[in-house]
Amino acid sequence: MTQTTSGGPEQQFKAFLAQGRFMVQRSRSTGRHVFYPRLAIPGSGETDLEWVPASGRGTVYAITVNRKREGSHNVALIDLAEGVRMMSTLPSVETLPIGAPVHARIETLHGEPAVVFYPDTHSPDGGPA
Amino acid sequence: MTLRGKAAIAGIGTFNIGEAPGFSATENMAGAALRAIDDAGLKLSDIDAVFSATSAHAFPTLTICEYLGLRPRFIGGANTGGSSFEMHVLEAAMALEAGLCDAALIAYGSNQRSAGGRLVSMAEAQWQEEPYRPRHPISGYALAASRHMHQFGTTREMLAEVAVSARAWANLNPDAFARGPLTIDDCLSARMVSDPLTSRDCCLVTDGGGALVMVRADRAADLPRKPVYLLGGGMAQWHRSITEMPDLTLTAASESGPRAFAMAGVARDDIDLVMLYDAFTINTILFLEDLGFCPKGEGGRFVQDGRIAPGGALAVNTSGGGLSCMHPGMYGLFLIVEAVQQLRGQAGARQLSDPALALCHGNGGALSSQVTAIFGTEDTL
Repeated sequence: MTQTTSGGPEQQFKAFLAQGRFMVQRSRSTGRHVFYPRLAIPGSGETDLEWVPASGRGTVYAITVNRKREGSHNVALIDLAEGVRMMSTLPSVETLPIGAPVHARIETLHGEPAVVFYPDTHSPDGGPA
Repeated sequence: MTLRGKAAIAGIGTFNIGEAPGFSATENMAGAALRAIDDAGLKLSDIDAVFSATSAHAFPTLTICEYLGLRPRFIGGANTGGSSFEMHVLEAAMALEAGLCDAALIAYGSNQRSAGGRLVSMAEAQWQEEPYRPRHPISGYALAASRHMHQFGTTREMLAEVAVSARAWANLNPDAFARGPLTIDDCLSARMVSDPLTSRDCCLVTDGGGALVMVRADRAADLPRKPVYLLGGGMAQWHRSITEMPDLTLTAASESGPRAFAMAGVARDDIDLVMLYDAFTINTILFLEDLGFCPKGEGGRFVQDGRIAPGGALAVNTSGGGLSCMHPGMYGLFLIVEAVQQLRGQAGARQLSDPALALCHGNGGALSSQVTAIFGTEDTL
């Protein structure tokens, strides 16, 4: 595994995020990606993992809007082009249809850098990242 | 070698179901345990194995043994959330059959309603979820519901039908916490909590303790209550966080169910009572599908027109379930309490006509842990 920073895969992922980089792990031998970051590919156990930049492209797999008196926010599961899934949020919209194409940005959420997604059809910077 | 029919539930007890201000979780667990032991016709000193999992105690078996003065020689009780107790009955049957114990107590207690009015959990945050502030446990179930609706055309009206059917059963159960009329429109117009789930798609938040006593089948025949035999059990778990659930419309009940049926040696069509862990309305739909009571994707349409309500073709959650009877945080033990009451013929106005086989399906985490247990009367041995 490329040791770009100290600590385990979780800490390394967060360190990349703090540098403004959205990285995922990939097995050198199989080419298979894994997220969330781990010591091995679950199930098959490959440990030859390297960090590669995520494409940032994905689609909405499932979505809910968490409604509270103090405000609402959506929670989505995003299928990335790399074949892995992650939880995220779509800050620019109340909700989005399942299957909608989205792209990633790194923004500060609750004081920490986090990967969030914008609809491809509509974003502050006018299109895919 | 099989566990089929080797052990039986000889005693059941509940305590402070609903709202019981001023009682601790430990007191609710102990109160239920005392009742279950009494129901079995046994004494505290007869109990030599203890199984427990709760959301309130780091070491629940230590707590209940100290409180009741038990000195067990076998202790179990892994915590897989609400499904723990379907697992515990299988573990207890193994320990009994192996001669590691002679009388097993399985106990649970919570005071979550009186203590705070919301689900209490010691569960650690999942770091890959935390930045997005999902609301546990509802967000995971809402995501699954969103996906089921997208893939299979399941509607909010179908989800509502699950809640309305559960309420109709609760209205026949004097011990149910939520009674009174409930319509599809009531559900659809209820406060949206986590799209597409409204407050009526969510289980109750109650207090309560529950307990079971299990012994070997030969001894059960000599105890006062009509024995309810464990015929089969099966477990499966595939993920912890909803982010890691491979397909949000397919739960590991699709594995635990067939394992339980294989051990029990009974057919799905022979099941008289289906007790499903209905923390949310989508659960009932998913588990009906994954346990084979209807094809994948058809659960929403299956529950329509009162099919799982009183008088319907399939008796599901006859207590009123987690949606309308009670839900003190980890509900799985109470599925078994209702199954035992039905198989004994003690279920009052909601009593089914001479049921012989009951399936209890426990769920834990975010559709994570799935455990199925099948019980039967003496006639099914």
